[in-house]
This record gives sequence, C-alpha cells and structure tokens, in this order.
Amino acid sequence: MTDTSPQIASAQLGTSAPGTQSGEPPRFDWNAPEMRRGFAARHRANTRLQIYGLSAIALAVLLIAILVGSLVATGYQSFVQTHVTFEVFVDPAKVDAADPAKGNFRLIVRDSFAAQFPDVTNPRDLRSLTDVMTADAPFIVRDRVVADPSLIGQRVEVTMPVSDAFDQLQKGVTPRDVPETQRKVNDKQIAWFDTLAERGQITVPFNTALFLSADSRFPELAGLAGAIVGSFYALLVCFLISFPVGIAAAVYLEEFARKGRWSDILEVNINNLAAVPSVVFGLLGLAVFLGFFGLPRSTPLVGGMVLALMTLPTIIIATRSALKAVPPSIREAALGVGASKHQVVLHHVLPLAMPGILTGTIIGMAQALGETAPLLLIGMNAFITSPPGGILESATALPTQIFIWADSPERGFVSRTSAAILVLIGFLIAMNLVAVILRKRFERRW
Amino acid sequence: MKLSIGKVAALATLGVVAMTAQAEARDQIRIVGSSTVFPYTQAASEEYSKSSGAKAPVVESTGTGGGMKIFCQGIGTEHADITGASRAMKKSEYDDCVKNGVTDISQALIGFDGLSFAGSRKGTTMDLTKGQLFLALAAEIVQDGKVVANPYKKWSEIDKSLPDIAIQVFGPPPTSGTRDAWVELVMEEGCHELAGYKELAKDVQKNVCSRMRQDGPFIEAGENDNLIVQRLESDPNAYGIFGYSFLYENQDKLVGSKVAGVEPSLDTIADGSYKISRPLFFYVKNAHRGVIPGLNDFVAEYVSDAALAPGGYLTDRGLVPLSDKRRKEMQDAVVNGKHNLAVGS
Repeated sequence: MTDTSPQIASAQLGTSAPGTQSGEPPRFDWNAPEMRRGFAARHRANTRLQIYGLSAIALAVLLIAILVGSLVATGYQSFVQTHVTFEVFVDPAKVDAADPAKGNFRLIVRDSFAAQFPDVTNPRDLRSLTDVMTADAPFIVRDRVVADPSLIGQRVEVTMPVSDAFDQLQKGVTPRDVPETQRKVNDKQIAWFDTLAERGQITVPFNTALFLSADSRFPELAGLAGAIVGSFYALLVCFLISFPVGIAAAVYLEEFARKGRWSDILEVNINNLAAVPSVVFGLLGLAVFLGFFGLPRSTPLVGGMVLALMTLPTIIIATRSALKAVPPSIREAALGVGASKHQVVLHHVLPLAMPGILTGTIIGMAQALGETAPLLLIGMNAFITSPPGGILESATALPTQIFIWADSPERGFVSRTSAAILVLIGFLIAMNLVAVILRKRFERRW
Repeated sequence: MKLSIGKVAALATLGVVAMTAQAEARDQIRIVGSSTVFPYTQAASEEYSKSSGAKAPVVESTGTGGGMKIFCQGIGTEHADITGASRAMKKSEYDDCVKNGVTDISQALIGFDGLSFAGSRKGTTMDLTKGQLFLALAAEIVQDGKVVANPYKKWSEIDKSLPDIAIQVFGPPPTSGTRDAWVELVMEEGCHELAGYKELAKDVQKNVCSRMRQDGPFIEAGENDNLIVQRLESDPNAYGIFGYSFLYENQDKLVGSKVAGVEPSLDTIADGSYKISRPLFFYVKNAHRGVIPGLNDFVAEYVSDAALAPGGYLTDRGLVPLSDKRRKEMQDAVVNGKHNLAVGS
C-alpha cells in the first residue's frame, strides 16, 4: 500500500520522472516547495467552495428569516383580540318571549352599554360610544337569547370583541399622540375606552374567532374557518381524482406499457405538463368545467378538479420513480412462483412503492394547497360568511382568503393577512413534515 | 342547462358527480362585479344574512367589466343575479344582455364614491386644480397650439407654487373602474379647463384628453390599493390615486391633496364640493326574482334607509349618500322590480 500510493499519485500528477524502468519506485519529495504550494492552493480552493456553500445557505436562511420575521411582526397581533365585557339587561319590553329573534337587540345593547356611562346622554355621543363595540353586538346578544329564552328579563354578562378601530388602539397600531383628525377614534372615545380598561372590562384573550369564524366584513369578526374547510374540501376532491388516476397511469406506464416512441412521447408530455403555469389550468377549468359542463362557480368541486390537473403530473412522476426503485428481483421472484402480472403489481410492487408514492402525493397536495391563480379564475375568491357544507357549496380557500384580505381597506386586515399567511405556512410545514416522516419510517432501500 | 350523453360520459370518466350539481337548485344569491362596490355589497350581504338568518349571498369581486360579462350571460340558476358597477352599464353591455335574454334589469344607484389623490403625511400637501393634474399625468399636452409629448417631470415645472419634486404618481391599471372614473372626472375635465384644447379636432381632443402618460412619472400599480398605500408610506414624495375608503382607513398615514381648494372628506364628498366622485350602481336581474330564494329581501335590505340613508351602515364605510328624493325614487324602482335602465352610449 505504502509503496503503490505515491506511484499512483505521481502518475496522476504527471510529475513522475520518465526513467523509472529500474524497478525502483520513483522517489517523490512530498515536501518540495512546489508540492507545498500545490497543497495550499488545493486547500484554499476547498475552503472557498465551502464558503460559497455556507454563504448560499446563510443567504437562504436570512431571506426566510426576513419573510417569517416580517409576517410574525405584523401578524402576531391577530392571534389575540381585544374584548369588552359588560352587563346586558335583556329588557322584556323589547323582546317578545314568543319570538325572541325579532326583538330590538340594537336598542337593548345600546342602552346596556350606555348604562355604564350615565353622564353620556347626547345622541351624537351615544352613537360614538356604541362604536366601541363590534357592529355585530346586537346579533351576538340575539343569538344568546334565542339559544336560551329564559334570559329575557335578566341581566347577563356578555363578552364581545371591540370594533376594529379600538382593537388597533389597544394594540398600539393607532397612535394616540397624533391630532384627533388623523385617527378614526376621537379623544372622547379614547377616554371611555381607557375608563373601561381601568375597570377591568377590557381583556385581550387568544383570538379563537380567527380559526372558528368564517370571513366577515368586520376584521374583529373575520376568521379562516371558511377558508380552511374550503381548502380541505378542494384538496379532498383533488386527492380523490389525482391519486387513483395518477397511480393507475404510472403503473401502466411503468409496468405494462411497451417502451417505444409512444411511451417516450407520453413521458415528455407528462414532464411538460408538470411545468405548465398553474394559471393555464385555471383558464382550462373556467372554459371546460364552468363553461362547457356548467358546473357551479366558486365550489371546492371545481377548485379540486383544477388542482387535480395540476397535481396529476407530480403524482405520476413520483409514482413512477417509486416503482422504478422496487428492484426487479422482487418482480422476478413473484413471477417465478407463478404470480400473474397483476398479482405482481398489486401484491408486491405497489405496497413496496407506497411510501414513495404517498410522499410524492403529499408534496403535490401541499403545492395544491398554496395555489392561488387557478382558484381566482374559477371564482373561489368570493366573499362568503359561512363555511361550506359540502363540495357543491361556494367556498374560498386559504390562499384566496389571503388575497381578499390583502385587498381590504380596513387596518385590521393588514395584520390578519399576515396571520393567515402564517396559518397557511403552518399547514404546509405540517404536510411536508408528514411526507418526511413517511419517507424516513417506511421507505425501504435496497 | 342540458347535458348531452357525450358530456355526461366525459364527466363520468373524470369521476365526478356532476349530476348532483345540476339537480340541486341554488339557494344562495350570487353577486359579481366591481371591486369598488364589493365592500358595500359585502356589508349588505352580511347584514341581510344575520338579520334574516338566510344564507349570505356569495359575493365575488370581478371588476365592473368582468361582472357585466358574467351578469349578461343569460337567465337561469347558473348565472349571477346581481352585478355591482362603478359606472353605468354601457350600451354595448346592455346589447349583450338583451342578446342573451336578460332584458328586464333594475338599476340601483346606491350612492357616490370619492376618488382621492393622496400622499404620505411626511410629504408635502398640495392644492391642485384638475388642469394641473391633467398636465402632470397626460400622455400628450398642447403647447403653443401643437400637441406634444408631456414634457413635465417636476411639479414645479407645471406651476411655480407647486413643490420642486419629481412627479411620481401610483395609480390603477386601465382594467380598473377607478381608472375609468379618474380619466372621466379628472383628465377630461382638467383638459377642458385649460386653454388650447377646445380648438383641437374632436377625435384628437378625445385622444389627448383621455390618455395617461407611460413615460415613467405615472406608474400603474395594479388593482390592490393597499399596495399603493404602502408605497406612499415609504416614499414621501410619491402620490397615489385610489378610492376614498382607503384614504379614510389610513388617515394617520396619508393625507388627501386638495383639488380645486377642497380637501376630500365624507362631508365634502357628500355635499358635492369635492368634485372627484363617481356614482356606484348595482344591477338586478328581474327574471330571477321569486326564483332565487331571498333575492327580493336582499335587494330590499341593500337599498333600505338603514343601509343607504345618511348614518346608515354603508355610509359608515365611506359611501356617500344620495339625496332623499333620489333615494326614494331608486328604492321604489328597485324594490318593485321596475325596468329602469336608461342606457347611454
């Protein structure tokens, strides 16, 4: 070993002397100055390469940190919501026990809220006082009373969100030190709000509405439930179409199809399809699913079908490579003991390839979850105030909800947009994590 | 909507239960149209749903022109019932509607929306005339009786009283109703304020008066008004053109430039002293009344005094109300489903 290695090295370096036919291995001075220089140059090149790599990684990490950092910086405020708690007197004169839904809750809420500030009497002030509560206040009280009519005639403690302007004030987004004309809340309102805060009636709990409510015109009430359910249904449809179709196509191409010009053309086309911009699939969906078949607009069904078109090539490619990774010896062994071709595929090859297929599918689904453009074209960017009850009801999806909020004038939606993006990223990370775990736990290497 | 056997077969191969979609009658109102009317329609829709317990209408923001296209596609549950518009329906759009059998339409003028020309609070507040705005933003202007490409790069070159900063204005793209309104209300009127334009031939005049410049100082910033607001915040020397509701929501950051000496505010737009405001409409397909559940109730809610009268919940969002008389006329026509369309050219 020790004898041959300098020989090889010298042969590679091309520095061996021409006259070595004496049988004596060539003498090679590893400590010669030119050799040392050569080593130093090689080390430097090595270090440079590592530095390039490290700085590339550092840049990527920095960009992600900036992205997530700016999202968190604006979005964290939306994970809490300012609430006000006060006593509501459900005046029996204003609600009929026979039909509680028809009561004059606007007046009930206003009078109860104003009762906390007995010195406020002028109608203009009363109006700006009630502006502290969310515009939804009468409906919140109505729903409580309808659910439990025995409340009529009683005093009930109610906690409800404050309106967006005061939520922003509490969170420090609206500055207090600018002239009154430059903010949406006036000095009197700030004084009332501070009084409420001193009495301990203002709380800032976790914003459950962000996950449990659907979209609303009012930022303090708007949530992602509709979008999450809509995305879920769309992905369900997408999965139900693209998973079986993708696997069937890949199995046929990989296990049955004769290799030839046709299968080459198919392969090139599938690879091309994977690179088609998603907006093209949206236009296709608009023309074919909505225009030709007359399917309903804005529904997760159509959204899922369009996303399936997009996901199919990803799944086909992932499935084919998973199938390729199953060693031929397995197929041959199964065939050798008398299994038919379909038994080989269904009993042996597919189960072994399944972890790889699932990983590819989940990554495809994660892409579909974040896809916006095709959904905009088929109308899934509508304003809908309740989560969809099925795949045929109008719905939004997470990315289109972000799109709608980003375009809303109210200040509260700025931070809600960031919060929605964080939620979307959370889902994406979770899905990718599942894919990684599947691969780590179940994938077999031969 | 009929499905031929071929279509059904094609659908079946896609593994989709399309027949249930066809069989199911629609129980939600469908609304499309202008992004400017969108927030008001959202508010009315939410109010209607909460007070009646019915399902909220599905509201989609497609832009005025896009909405008209969808609206005029035909009669039947697969077509939209209402479209919002930040301008009146055009003759060509009405013809398209009639061609597809949509002949009975009610027009509801819900109020006015101000357009604002605003900049950062850190910047200089200007007092402009429409003529000056035209000179700053037009593609071509008239100098010494000749039409020349717009030479102005700084506000101070237009008028000594204006600040010595480069003209930099973010505004909506040509597909936007806001852009249409800006051209009509500011550019064309500004053009007529100035000397030397009336003498031009009619077609040249129309061209000169309506084209926005494309050589840099006017920047098309996309449909997202929040984006314009953010850019203005970061650049105190830039100005932006957007709907008044965005200025209203961002009063701590932005300040509207005075136009002809009047600052934009809810009061000045309502009393008409701030001159850049446009009418907002929605259109109802009368053939769908009684077919789509709740359509009549929703329309009645949308045009009710609670929504549209001064102090109503839509005016709280920045909509500028109509006079009492015009509102009463409109309510009468729209609630009773009269075909009240007077289509211009």
